[in-house]
Amino acid sequence: MGKYILKRFLMMLVTIFIIATLTFFLMHAVPGSPLESDRNTNETVQANLERFYKLDQPLHIQYLSYMQSIVTFDFGPSIKDPNRTVNELLARGFPISFELGIITILVAVVSGIILGTMAALRHNKMIDYAAMAFAVIGISIPNFVLATVLIQQLAVNWNIFPPATWTSPMHMVLPVLALATGPMAIIARLTRSSMLEVLTQDYIKMARAKGIKPMRIVLRHALRNALMPVVTIMGTLLAGILTGTFVIEKIFAIPGMGKYFVDSINNRDYPVIMGTTVFYSAFLIFMLFLVDIVYGILDPRIKLHKKEGDV
Amino acid sequence: MTGKQIAEELARTRLEDGADRDSVDHTGKRGKIVKPKKRKTVTGERILSVQDLHVTFNTYGGTVQAVRGVNFDLYKGETLAIVGESGCGKSVTSNAIMGLIQQPPGKISSKGVHFKTQDLTKLSKKEMRKIQGVDISMIFQDPMTALNPTLTIGEQLTEGVKQHKKLSKAEAKERAIDMLKLVGIPNPEERLKQYPHQFSGGMRQRIVIAIALICEPELLIADEPTTALDVTIQAQILELFEEIQEKTGVSIILITHDLGVVAKIADRIAVMYAGKVIETGDKREIFYNPQHPYTKGLLTSVPRLDLAGGELKPIDGTPPDLFAPPTGCPFAARCPFSMDVCMNVYPEVTTLSDTHKVDCWLQDPRAQKLIDEQAFAR
Ligand SMILES: Nc1ncnc2c1ncn2[C@@H]1O[C@H](COP(=O)(O)OP(=O)(O)OP(=O)(O)O)[C@@H](O)[C@H]1O
Ligand code: SF4
Ligand SMILES: [Mg+2]
Repeated sequence: MGKYILKRFLMMLVTIFIIATLTFFLMHAVPGSPLESDRNTNETVQANLERFYKLDQPLHIQYLSYMQSIVTFDFGPSIKDPNRTVNELLARGFPISFELGIITILVAVVSGIILGTMAALRHNKMIDYAAMAFAVIGISIPNFVLATVLIQQLAVNWNIFPPATWTSPMHMVLPVLALATGPMAIIARLTRSSMLEVLTQDYIKMARAKGIKPMRIVLRHALRNALMPVVTIMGTLLAGILTGTFVIEKIFAIPGMGKYFVDSINNRDYPVIMGTTVFYSAFLIFMLFLVDIVYGILDPRIKLHKKEGDV
Repeated sequence: MTGKQIAEELARTRLEDGADRDSVDHTGKRGKIVKPKKRKTVTGERILSVQDLHVTFNTYGGTVQAVRGVNFDLYKGETLAIVGESGCGKSVTSNAIMGLIQQPPGKISSKGVHFKTQDLTKLSKKEMRKIQGVDISMIFQDPMTALNPTLTIGEQLTEGVKQHKKLSKAEAKERAIDMLKLVGIPNPEERLKQYPHQFSGGMRQRIVIAIALICEPELLIADEPTTALDVTIQAQILELFEEIQEKTGVSIILITHDLGVVAKIADRIAVMYAGKVIETGDKREIFYNPQHPYTKGLLTSVPRLDLAGGELKPIDGTPPDLFAPPTGCPFAARCPFSMDVCMNVYPEVTTLSDTHKVDCWLQDPRAQKLIDEQAFAR
């Protein structure tokens, strides 16, 4: 196991290195610079600023110094807002984004699995049709559309939930709902079809022939097998939720990392771009690693690490 | 009796039982009848009685009449083989007894399926669960799919006894180890922690058998338990069945279309065709004195080691459509002796001996003349 984790860790470092490099060159390929603005700055001031942020140096020197900042995890101050360091922005924004993301994942996974399982157990009954109709709608509506509809109906018209910000559990309902519905619908559909298939398997019939209680058959025998495909698509869903947070944070004025990330790109704020990108990718890669571990726990046939051979 | 004694006893009875056409025995030896085979302890106690069992399935294409009035009895300690072509309703019959038919789309009706004194068809699902795996166990065809890939075999072995017999974890584990020993799996203690994929096919079938036996059932229904295994493993598994029956006195219903298997371990045989039992009798009666033309055809369509060079005659034609089964004898379309009456009226059961019964118009006295002619012609 230790060896496997080490291997995965090294691969993570390589991936982050590649992402950082691509980000660096892409961001310099985009026209414009952080120091451009509507105001007419004096030539010398401009030059001084460029020197201060090392923007006058050749690209490969800048590249090396960025790489160094990644290795030391010190991205320096933001160019647009020199009073704050990138690390400060991350420290402030990340917990909020993390909260939004994790709650969304939990809601999506738990309710998706419950919905899909119920639909499968009541195959071709009312619950099944209702759940699947709901799933189709959930998959087809983009989260930003859902977000605006939710705000209009539940916040503005009916006044049940607050329309924006992230200050209390009540504030969290709408953004989480907007962000979780899509992945939840996908998980529900997948769980249902996979559960339906598992329920026809011989080992389920055998469990029935053993007189095992139906509840135990579903939870212990069927669900674990039925969840394999769900775990497989978790990577894609996680990436989707992560990018979804950018949009949702913007719509609901949630002061998470997404705001800094989007703003930094608009402003060509190089250190912030590098900092947030590397941080986001490291986080996503780590989550994917967790997904693999879960997969290995669910399916004993998948060996994360080689042990004694088969007999 | 020790394992060794049992093995010797088994070897001896098999040699003595010259009646067996043992296609499974790969040595090809055929034993001589030295003295009559020592009968197993079949006490007269009837433990299962199936009366006029009907099972239909509603499908988009119509209603399949999978089982159309099956009757048979099973006595304590005996092995009844149910044989017949694919699709004749063997599995549906056993699933119906076991309470594994999903209703709907299935529909069961009968004059009673009595396990000892209880009518299984009258039980609720919950009451049935107290019998499933406890009094009646089932073994499935394919050991590669019958075990749950994500649970250790220890858990799959013990969950039944834990639920039904309320054994503690430690007791259940001890019991599981005993069962694995009984079915011949070495290092049972370590094996309990392993997953199905860590076992070979033959080993898995042994585990499936261990699971079926762990609550000490009185009836074991084995639906083609050796079909998915290769020949040497088949022979081992059959020996295991015999050994277990000797030790525990369990009654066995063995479903198969391999007459070699039947010859080896069955006491009685029920031949099914198109959802009906068309002939039943003890092993000798069926092998030496088959009366139903279908049974005769079945026997000549089996490769025989002792008839080297003898040609193989598969039965021409196909079984009837179970969406609209014929009103008369279902075999009429393929039967070389078919008469007018066969097409229109189902033959009544003729009792030839205590054990031997057959559904065929040829047994009718009026058909006697015809039989003689046919026999002469052959
Ligand atoms: N759930 C079901 N729905 C519809 N038809 C079914 C169902 N189960 C079985 N049947 C039909 O019932 C008939 C008998 O099937 P069964 O499985 O008992 O055959 P079998 O004798 O066990 O054959 P085999 O030797 O191939 O296992 C077949 O025609 C089959 O198509
Ligand atoms: S009843 Fe008629 S058709 Fe059916 S098996 Fe007997 S002789 Fe053949
Ligand atoms: Mg079958």
